Amino acid sequence: MKPLLSIEELSVDFRLDTETVHAVDRVSFAVEEGETLAVVGESGSGKTATALSVLRLNPEPPCVYSGGRVVLGGRDVLTVSEKDLRGIRGNEVAMIFQDPMSSLNPLKRVGVQIGEVLRRHQGATRAEARQAVLPALREAGISDAERRAGQYPHQLSGGLRQRVMIAMALIGRPKVLIADEPTTALDVTVQAQILDLLADLGQRHGMAIVLITHDLGVVAEVADRVVVMNRGEVVETGDVLELFDHPAQEYTRALLRATPKLELT
Amino acid sequence: MTAITMPVKTPARVRTTSPLRAVLRNKLALVAVAVLAVMLLAAVFAPLIAPHDPNAQDLLVRLRPPAWMSAGTSDHLLGTDQLGRDLLSRLIYGSRISLLVGASAAVLAGIIGATIGLVSGFLGGWFDRILMRIADVQLAFPSILLALAIVGFLGSGLWYVIIVLGFTGWVSYARVVRAEVLSLRSREFVTEARAIGVRDSTIMRRHLLPNVLAPLATIGTLHVAAAIVAEASLSYLGMGVPKEIVTWGAMLANGQLYLGTSWWLAVFPGLALMCTALAVNITGDVLRDVADPKAYRR
Repeated sequence: MKPLLSIEELSVDFRLDTETVHAVDRVSFAVEEGETLAVVGESGSGKTATALSVLRLNPEPPCVYSGGRVVLGGRDVLTVSEKDLRGIRGNEVAMIFQDPMSSLNPLKRVGVQIGEVLRRHQGATRAEARQAVLPALREAGISDAERRAGQYPHQLSGGLRQRVMIAMALIGRPKVLIADEPTTALDVTVQAQILDLLADLGQRHGMAIVLITHDLGVVAEVADRVVVMNRGEVVETGDVLELFDHPAQEYTRALLRATPKLELT
Repeated sequence: MTAITMPVKTPARVRTTSPLRAVLRNKLALVAVAVLAVMLLAAVFAPLIAPHDPNAQDLLVRLRPPAWMSAGTSDHLLGTDQLGRDLLSRLIYGSRISLLVGASAAVLAGIIGATIGLVSGFLGGWFDRILMRIADVQLAFPSILLALAIVGFLGSGLWYVIIVLGFTGWVSYARVVRAEVLSLRSREFVTEARAIGVRDSTIMRRHLLPNVLAPLATIGTLHVAAAIVAEASLSYLGMGVPKEIVTWGAMLANGQLYLGTSWWLAVFPGLALMCTALAVNITGDVLRDVADPKAYRR
């Protein structure tokens, strides 16, 4: 199958006043339709910088895309014009961020924020956007959608906010969804619900999901394939079961050993 | 043993109220809004309300104290000035210019300052550096001196005064807005807006601007009062509004000469100025609370 998104030899540098940090170093991977790919690694391993590169969202300056390509639908995202880039963002590729509190504008009702995607990309009117928001909220597992759409972010719980973010990400029917630590800020029971929801929606819409996480428990639960990153480089890539059972690299083994286990003694 | 019954406290209910109801419940806010409304009405309907022509001189009743003092007359409620002009009428007419100058200068400075602050904070880089150095230069330069220079160059007149006060007052807006934007732009909702394909100009207008309105309103209300006083200073130096137009500032300047003998000449315009500034400030606070969805949820 042809990959929906492929990252080829991507290098990302951050040029600071005193030094240049090679945050991402010749990273390559690809995701196919309906597939969930997990990118794992510790803090500072370059996984978020890689994820943000897909939509060219790293702050420039200090960020410089020093090499490689991010191919999406035959085009290299790193070289398209600003206008084409805006057409890709939210439309072909959507993103979910770690902290659902700060990802929502505190001064706008959530319904309006979700509808903004349609207004930007499909030229929907205010009324059309409002119409489309309610089914999107329901699809993201929010009951009482009419009332929720009229509320402000601070009136919602963390889990609800992340569902709002999911509704916002999916309303434009993107082909690729990038979820950057989508469950880190949530408590464990809510985490499981959100992961199930993502997996379910990914299946139903045939989306490719790139899941950025440091939590191997999350990986085991939803991913098909895994990319392990360390210090900006890809250490190991493989099928999730294969990688958990027979990690090839010492770093992957160390990462697996670091996962807390609940054992009866 | 007698049973002791404890009064059961019902928990305070968290209720979401409408912003309008929140304003109505706040007594102080109500008073402030009422004071402003009265001032505005007085300014608009000055010819109907004022008991006398503000420039009509009557040397026979010059420097009369307010009506409740022994030498006062009921014809001149707040007394008269050294040319026998009715102080109340002059205050009413003066509110027109003072409010106009104060509000227009604050709005003009706010628009200039907010735009510069937004662009500077959001874009950063050399653009930001240049704009902020200009702001530093402007801050280091005494604004009244700058205003005098500009008025001297352009000529005096009501609109020139407004423009000058607007153009000399933008720095504080720009700095506060820039500082806010610097912290806001790294917040995830801005990245999120970019991630759904919103263009930069729209992010500035629709996502950042609403988030900086609160500090903007606060500076604006302070600036209204400051602009009224600055107009007074310019008028006092003879570089402001022409003499035949009554302003509170000009009245204050005039009253200063008679402070030892006829206190009312300076005290009443001063009081009017203070009440306006206070009312504008409190109203500004209320506006800020109304703009913040969290604030009226009590």
